[in-house]
Formats: sequence, C-alpha cells, structure tokens
Amino acid sequence: MSYFSLSRWLGIVAKEFIQLRRDRLTFGMIVGIPVVQLVLFGYAINSDPKHLPTAVLSADRSEFTRSILSGLKNSEYFSFVGEARDEREADRMLATGKVQFVVTIPQDFTRALMRGERPALLLEADATDPSATSNALSAINQLAQTALVHDLVGPMAVLGASPTAFEVRVHPRYNPEAITQYNIVPGLMGVILTMTMVLMTGLAITRETERGTMENLLATPATPLEVMTGKIVPYVMIGLVQVSLILGLARGLFGVPMIGNIGVLYLAVLLFIAANLTLGLTFSALAQNQLQAMQMTFFFFLPSMLLSGFMFPFRGMPGWAQTVGEVLPLTHFLRIVRGVLLKGNGFSEIGSEAWPIALFMLVVTVIGLRFFKSTLD
Amino acid sequence: MAANGADLVIDVHGLNKHFGAHHVVKDLALTVRRGEIFGFLGPNGSGKTTTIRMLCGLLTPDSGEGTCLGYDILREPREIKRHVGYMTQRFSFWEDLTIRENLAFVARMYGMPERKARVEQALTHLGLADRATQLAGALSGGWKQRLALAACLLHEPDLLLLDEPTAGVDPKARREFWEELHALSARGITVLVSTHYMDEAERCHKLAYILSGTMLAQGTADEVIASQALVTWAVRGGDLASLAVTLRELSAVEQVAAFGTALHVTGSEADALRQSLAPFMNDPALQWQEVAPSLEDVFIHLMNRAQATGPVVAH
Repeated sequence: MSYFSLSRWLGIVAKEFIQLRRDRLTFGMIVGIPVVQLVLFGYAINSDPKHLPTAVLSADRSEFTRSILSGLKNSEYFSFVGEARDEREADRMLATGKVQFVVTIPQDFTRALMRGERPALLLEADATDPSATSNALSAINQLAQTALVHDLVGPMAVLGASPTAFEVRVHPRYNPEAITQYNIVPGLMGVILTMTMVLMTGLAITRETERGTMENLLATPATPLEVMTGKIVPYVMIGLVQVSLILGLARGLFGVPMIGNIGVLYLAVLLFIAANLTLGLTFSALAQNQLQAMQMTFFFFLPSMLLSGFMFPFRGMPGWAQTVGEVLPLTHFLRIVRGVLLKGNGFSEIGSEAWPIALFMLVVTVIGLRFFKSTLD
Repeated sequence: MAANGADLVIDVHGLNKHFGAHHVVKDLALTVRRGEIFGFLGPNGSGKTTTIRMLCGLLTPDSGEGTCLGYDILREPREIKRHVGYMTQRFSFWEDLTIRENLAFVARMYGMPERKARVEQALTHLGLADRATQLAGALSGGWKQRLALAACLLHEPDLLLLDEPTAGVDPKARREFWEELHALSARGITVLVSTHYMDEAERCHKLAYILSGTMLAQGTADEVIASQALVTWAVRGGDLASLAVTLRELSAVEQVAAFGTALHVTGSEADALRQSLAPFMNDPALQWQEVAPSLEDVFIHLMNRAQATGPVVAH
C-alpha cells in the first residue's frame, strides 16, 4: 500500500466533479456569484453619485438666479426635478426622500446681489447618508465663484471679485454632523432581518423535509395552515427581539437619534419581517434540502446588500440597478427606518415605501403557494 | 366509526398512482378486517409505501375509491388521520426533542385530553420513564422503533399502518415488537404492516403480495401458498453446489435455492418436475424428499413469473 496512489487520488477528484455537476444549484453559484458580483461592483456601484434630484424654492427670478441654477445643473451633481411652492412642500419633499436637495433663493436676492451685499443662497441637503451628499456639497462652493462669471461683466465685474458675489449656506438636514453610524446602524437592522428571517424560515421547513419529520407532521391532523403559521410565528418574535436589540444598541452605543414614533417603526418592521418570512417559505418550498435553501438565501442577500442603498448610495447607481433595487424590500425598509429615526417620518411619509414591500410579499406568496405541497404528492 | 364500517377496516379498490411517467400503483384492491394483522409484502419499489400513504391521506390517488375506517379516502383524509397511527419507514420523530417532548407534541397534535397523564402512562409502559429527558436522537435503533410505536399508539388509533417497522432491529426486539402487535390485535386494533422478512410474514393473519404496483396474491399464508400450487423437493447429500448449476438448466425447474445442507428445487408442474428430476433421484448419493413450499418460494415464483410475462421495472 502506497501512501499516495495517483489513480486512487484521481478517483476522488473525478467523483467530486461528478457530484458538483449533478448539484445544479452549487454549479450555478460557482458561475453566478462571480458574474453577479462583477456586474454589481463594476457597473452598479458608484461612490460618487451625480444627478441627485433637487427641488427649487424660488422667491426671486432673474438672469442671475437662472445662471446660478444652470451652474448647479452643469456641475452634474444636481438635477432639477421640481419646484416647491412653499417651505412646507419643500420639507415634505426632503422628508419623503423625493429629493436629495432643496435650493432656496430668498426674496430680493437679485437686488441684494447687485448692491454687493453678498446675499446667501440656502442649500438644504438630506444628509442621512453622508456619502451620498458629500461630493455634491464640496462642489457647490466652487460653484459660487464661477456661476456668475459671464453675467457679471462691465461695471458689475467688481462684484465677481473675491469675496464672491453671493454666498451658499449649506444646511445638512437630519444628520448635520455627517455621522456615518447614524446611517449605517439603522440600515443594519434591515440587513440583519433580511438575513435571519429569510434563512431561518427557509431552513425551518426544509429541515423537516430533509429529516423525514415532515411526513410525520403531515400524517397528524395538523392542517398546512397550522403547520406554516405555527412554524413562522417564533421567527416573527425573534425578528422583533433582534430589532429591539439593535435599536437599544444604536441608542446606547452610537447615540443614533430616534426622532420619529417607535410604534410606527415597529409596524413597518412587522411588514418587513412578514415579507422576508414569505420569501423564506417560498425558498423552502422550492429547495430540496437545507443547503439549497441557504444558497437561495445567499443569491437574494447579495443584491439586497449591494443594490438597496445600504452599502452604497442608491442614487449613485445606474437606472437598471435602481430598478432592481426598487423591487427589493430592503431598499424600501431602509428608507422607512432612516426616515422614521432620523427625519421623524410618520405614516403619511412612509406609505409610499410600504406598499412596494406589501406588493413584493403578495407576489412571493402566490409563487410559494403554487409550489408548496400539503401532501407528499 | 361510520356505520358502514361493520367489519372492513380497509376497503379500497381501483387505486392508481403515478409519479411522473412511473405508474407506481396499478388498480390496487385491498380489504382488511377488524383486528387482523395484515402483512404487506413485495420487493423494494413495488409500491408498498405509496399504497400506505394513500390509505392515510398523505398521498392523493390518481383514481380509485374506497374507505379506511369507514371514511372516504378521497374526501375525508383528515378524519382518517385522526384515527390512524402511521409509523414511517424511517424514524421520523424529532431527534432534537426529548422522548417526553416528542410524545407531548404528538398528544397536542391529536388534541388529546389529559395529555400529561397519557404521556406519563405511555412512558411507563415503554419502560422509558427514567430516560424521558434524553434526546430521541440518542436512542438506539430498537428503542427508536419502540418510541415510534408508542407515539403512534398515543391517540389510541383503530388502525395502525406500519411501514417496514422492524428494518434494522435486532431479533429479540423484533420478537417483542411482534408480541406487542398481537396484543394490540387481540384488543381489536387492526394492523397493516409492510415487511421484507418471511418470518414476520408468517406471523400475520393475512398477507398481500405486491409487485411493481400490482397485487399478485392475497389471503392467509396457507392460501397464498396453495394458490400457486407449487411443488418443492428437498435434496441432501453429494456435491450440492454443482448439482444446483445442473438443475437450474432444466426447463421444469423454476427455482433452486440452498437451505443449509439442503437444496430446495421448485417447479409449478408436478409431473414435469418429477420427470426432469427422475435421473437425479436414482443417484444413490442424493436423498430426495417432497416438502411443502415456503412463502419465500411462492414469492420468488411470483416475481419470476412477472418478469417472464411482462417488464418489471424496479425503482
């Protein structure tokens, strides 16, 4: 007996390849994961987001203000999507996340400018995610110097000289000190819930099938509804415990502000947990064993992390990636959590983020029911 | 029990089940009387498990009809589940629950009154009262099987469906298990049990033999043996190994099987067999004796005949 027989060793290698080829899902992961990661990291992720939606609240219109706005636009960081009628509307646009910035041009801006009084322009930013706004905010100061170069000619050229003809007062809202944790910690809540809820339910059901105990369970008078809901409820509770734990730590360790109503947040959490649990159940109906349920969870988790706006600014992604991101419940949940905690959002602001999660849940439930077997057929 | 269930606990006919292209159970009919121990035999993949699952509502037959405990197998699977104890082929209780927890869970699933007392009673009866807090996964094969039986009996079913309950269990535990089954039968509980073991088949009141989803024989052991009208000769002495090779070539000989120091030579036509064996019977080194064919001879005969007449796909 030799210690290393080449033919014996080749036999082991060959057997491994045969088994790999038969395990389609693993094979899919071997090919799929690098491709997905490459595409997401290569094309979708951009840490220098541009064309951020901006609203204008203008109390003064002139050649100068037009020049300033077009200067903002030309910087490529700002993209004007609408005009706010009043301050309340502007506030709401920021709160619901419809816009990232609001530019406010005060009354008599032009007159003050021409008098050389160096009037101030207000730029309010939704700074919940500091990385989404930081580059745009540093670009704006440049702008003050160059925007009016073409307008301030002749006798007015003197206004263009240093110090600048007008001043930009930046007002970063919701997270004025640009503390990254304020953004990441509430976000983590969604990420952790996605991971545990989808995986745990996926495993809970496939475990019974894999161990043969499902047959026993189905042979008792227990109905499928009892089995499914009975198996889910413990995980709903686990999810709520996780949320409370994260919120407690976010407050205690990181001092994350909690401006909004916690009750509203918990309702949103319940919806989000429900969506993830139905996905886990559907995975378990599709998966043959626990390993497959885990692989499916991973396939779902990866884009959720990358495309939801958790790791990278959502608005930095190209259109197709944003579309994919809009489908994911995590994307909407992140907006809800950050909105409630940092902006003090209530029901009226989070409604537009809640229905996509509910819709996702509905579609996944329909798919799951199609595949779930109440008998062993 | 429903009124029409007078004496027939299982009464089904025309049962069919397909899995994809496989026709697993074909026009199966089965009648089992109250208090009978009914043996369900057949090779692996012959459709025994599928039939049992159809009887207890775990699978829906593609066609066919009938009753189990007087309840319609198509329309009342939930009522059937309530009154049937089903023991799966593979141990299917929760290995990460303790013995007591497993029993308590089953008791709740059947909505039993006085759960605690019934569970303790079952534990004592099992002889596991002092090990009740052990995980079920830590039990040996024989104990797992006893636990499974106890759990199946907890809700006092009228019918037990046992799918190869004694696979991998030692002879002593097997004998105790069968004694328990006979005690249950004496109390009026009907038992349908599938098995591969011939000694177990002989302990049943009635038998059915199924092959490739088709029922080939049904009745008491004697009836099943008689129905095939086989003739078996036992031969001793001489070089039995080479004799076996020679005898297998004879057209009237269907089976030659070694039993210890004897060969059993079986055929279905008595005269033809005697004629073929005549030259060997004159050999003074060999002692010939006509014996009763065994159940095993009959089952192998049934298998061979099915193979000769039609394709048999074992899967």
